[in-house]
Amino acid sequence: MGQLYFEDVNVGDEVTPIQKNASSQQLVKYAGASGDYYQIHYDDGFARNNGLDGIIIHGALKNAFLGQLVTDWMGPHGQLKKLSVSYRAMDFPNEDLVCSGTVTGKRVEGGAGIVECEIALHNAAGKATTPGKAIVSLPMRGA
Amino acid sequence: MPDKSVITDEMRAHLNVESEPITYDVEKGAVIKFAQAIGDPNPLFQDEKAARQGPYGGLIAPPTFLRSLIPGEAKKEFPRPFPNNLDGGSEYEFFEPIRVGDRITVTRAIVDLTEREGRLGTMLFTTAETRYVNQLGQLAATQRTTGISYATPEGEK
Repeated sequence: MGQLYFEDVNVGDEVTPIQKNASSQQLVKYAGASGDYYQIHYDDGFARNNGLDGIIIHGALKNAFLGQLVTDWMGPHGQLKKLSVSYRAMDFPNEDLVCSGTVTGKRVEGGAGIVECEIALHNAAGKATTPGKAIVSLPMRGA
Repeated sequence: MPDKSVITDEMRAHLNVESEPITYDVEKGAVIKFAQAIGDPNPLFQDEKAARQGPYGGLIAPPTFLRSLIPGEAKKEFPRPFPNNLDGGSEYEFFEPIRVGDRITVTRAIVDLTEREGRLGTMLFTTAETRYVNQLGQLAATQRTTGISYATPEGEK
């Protein structure tokens, strides 16, 4: 995995996108790993009885996908400082999802290279169902 | 604004009251399983040998692993005004890495109650803050979550 440096980042740069597609099996694995056993994420009948069109992806799993977007991009010596997401619409399994982002700001703060990004998870129709923000601290080449 | 608020004094009494603390061991197997479940192959989370050579000298947890460290019960059950609930979002702040072998103490408190009229009728926004403190007494991270409670059965439609 490559390392991103503060000097190499400019406002307007793209956060390298990642693709995801959550199978129903992944939702079950996530339920087990996270301890979120709410049945709308793996029991189709239960989900439909709750007025949904079928099982839906855990919001927190989409949050995890957006976390990976940022940690992959910043590299092992980057530090994630802040990660926020809002769940604007539901997402469904077996759908091609894209996580992407844009650099919106950079500054040096207490000797650290701070970079801010707007990020979002998009559904197959291209709608940003889960927008958010991330703040990372990146290493500097001189340091 | 509605004439009568759905936010009662009984609800306000929950503000800033912390849940019973629970302490979790950050186990290697649990961290690797979580990374596998979210489909994140980052060696810092999954490859002990590679992680040992890395900046943390060992495995760390993916940022949202904290979600699996579920807070304890509130000391008193919050009186929900509506039957339906949506997860509105989450905001993490990270101050220290979460390393395999850490012991993390988790507490949660409701920090804000806001009422709004919207497409789902009257909605109650409940903001809670979860605090994650490591075995050194350092505040390692916080997570603010927003729950939306509403009466309309049709949810997000």
